[in-house]
Amino acid sequence: MKSLGNIRREFAPWNQPDAKPYIQFKNVTKRFGDFTAVNNLSLSIYEREFFALLGASGCGKSTLLRMLAGFEEPTSGQILLDGQDLRGIPPYRRPVNMMFQSYALFPHMTVEQNIGFGLKQDGMAKADIDTRVAEMLKLVKLSQFAKRKPHQLSGGQRQRVALARAVAKRPKVLLLDEPLGALDKKLREETQFELMDLQQTLGLTFVVVTHDQEEAMTMADRIAILDKGEVMQVATPAEVYEAPGSRFVADFVGNINMFEGKVAERDGAGATIASANGVTIRTANAGDAPAGTEVTFAIRPEKIKVSSKKPEGGDNVLEGEVYDIAYLGDMTIFHVQLGNGQVVKASSLNATRGTEDPLSWDDKAWISFRNDAGVVLTR
Amino acid sequence: MTRALSAITNRLVILVPYLWLLFFFLIPFVIVFKISLSTTAIAMPPYTPVLGLADGFSGLMSQIGEFSFDNYLWLTQDALYFNAYVSSVVIAAISTFLALLVGYPIAYGMARAPATIRPTLLMLVILPFWTSFLIRVYAWIGILKPEGLLNQMLLGTGIIDQPLVILNTHTAIFIGIVYSYLPFMILPLYSALEKMDYSLIEAAQDLGCPPISAFWKITFPLSLPGVIAGCLLVFIPAVGEFVIPDLLGGSQTLMIGKTLWNEFFANRDWPVSSAVAVILLLLLVVPIMFFQQAQARAQEEGR
Repeated sequence: MKSLGNIRREFAPWNQPDAKPYIQFKNVTKRFGDFTAVNNLSLSIYEREFFALLGASGCGKSTLLRMLAGFEEPTSGQILLDGQDLRGIPPYRRPVNMMFQSYALFPHMTVEQNIGFGLKQDGMAKADIDTRVAEMLKLVKLSQFAKRKPHQLSGGQRQRVALARAVAKRPKVLLLDEPLGALDKKLREETQFELMDLQQTLGLTFVVVTHDQEEAMTMADRIAILDKGEVMQVATPAEVYEAPGSRFVADFVGNINMFEGKVAERDGAGATIASANGVTIRTANAGDAPAGTEVTFAIRPEKIKVSSKKPEGGDNVLEGEVYDIAYLGDMTIFHVQLGNGQVVKASSLNATRGTEDPLSWDDKAWISFRNDAGVVLTR
Repeated sequence: MTRALSAITNRLVILVPYLWLLFFFLIPFVIVFKISLSTTAIAMPPYTPVLGLADGFSGLMSQIGEFSFDNYLWLTQDALYFNAYVSSVVIAAISTFLALLVGYPIAYGMARAPATIRPTLLMLVILPFWTSFLIRVYAWIGILKPEGLLNQMLLGTGIIDQPLVILNTHTAIFIGIVYSYLPFMILPLYSALEKMDYSLIEAAQDLGCPPISAFWKITFPLSLPGVIAGCLLVFIPAVGEFVIPDLLGGSQTLMIGKTLWNEFFANRDWPVSSAVAVILLLLLVVPIMFFQQAQARAQEEGR
């Protein structure tokens, strides 16, 4: 199998059996009355990792973060930070700091006082506080706003003050609750890279909660995908996207086409899959699903090629009709209806201006994909 | 056409509060001020001059010529008035402080209560207003008098062996004022505390601040507008309070409200009692205006 690619090539402690996790959730359960927010969850996060908790609202990701910060105690289970059990330690004694979704800047204090607040609590000498605050202001490029009050700042500036305040104490772990949620799209994209740079510069462990998969994919070393208080998969962004562990993860992250069916025949690592609605798919990797197993064949739209003429040879070629076209500029998404009625999404990158194979609504079209383009899911 | 009409309606709407103030504050005040410049007389009404056009315009002018500030001079010559003003302000200030001490925890508890029961709690705070103020103050006599409910209970449980003397002391006045004006303290405090973002407290704790310290550094400073509003709402009526010192404070308490009542009803000296009222108003309005100006300036500078 080809490499799925790891951007920080030298950083993968989760693959080293002797690496010690920095943060460990051990069988953690949290109930609020009848509602189980987190259900028997175990998770390891490594030092200097940029870790993302991704999930829809109500999946328990914020509860996990709040338990790390100390605002909630687990109903059962254990949370370890650097080998220390965190149970019973109040938030003001934990070596973690949090950046709040609402930023929670103190409205009656200046930017300077906000950033210096935590340092003052620690009884740091005034001169040292001033030095550190100046350093933080420079880091987030807000030096000229030191004397302003939060309400005199823009949304993006407030976000940076909140960030500076949270890292000023040099915590062991920085927790970020939807850190970019309140920013507009353009600013969000810029800030993603700033956050990554900051994490590299300071060498801290970041745990970020987000519902935005693009944000998680861009920033995180690894992503934990949560659903109903349980971990569905923990993996690098590329693994989550290209090798989802379950139908839920495949469907949750990005766009995907799914063919429900059965393994008709195995041949070595590969298999032939007969879908319930009469499509036959050949795949080079079917995992360990024996013949006869109910499986889902899942394939991303960008791995499917659409053409007006039947391609020569090829592993999988299916005939259909163009049902809908969405032109997005950088790419075009075709919805192709197969003979059996199933609509398949296929996207093609507009790498050149104009196209040699123009397709329009109701045109006859062929879709094709390689035998290693999709994944076979058994869960 | 319709535009011009709506402009006129807009003006009229703005005019309403001004008209209200004109008829129910400014005009009565001018009348009181005018009486304070008059002289007592055994007549109906009991002062001269009574302004009128019976003797023509020159008659009116000569009546105005009779106005004098003698009554104000009189107030400075008798120490009774000065002492009554000072004592009123002191009693009102202590009562306000006590009301703040009692009201803040109640307002805080209400603001932190589950959102579903907050309306009920709010209702309970306002509920005493459904009974007459006078009856509620009378009820306190029954509680505080030497053979009253409180003493009976304390004697019965053996905590004391002599009845406490509370009625007809300053303590009784403090109890009465705090009890009567507590809702005016609680409501502005509650509204200030309720809209405060609780994540600010969590942020303070997250940055290493224990809960009590977080209260003084975050919650209290942010609730200051509510504290000030509540204190003014209790202090201002408490300074001029008459019923509570009269019923609970006994004859030896000196408060300006009682002095005013005596001048007006016992001595039938309308001019002097009007002068007392004018001074009381200035005493309260001037500092409050200064205070509000200072606050507005602070707000412009960025809170």
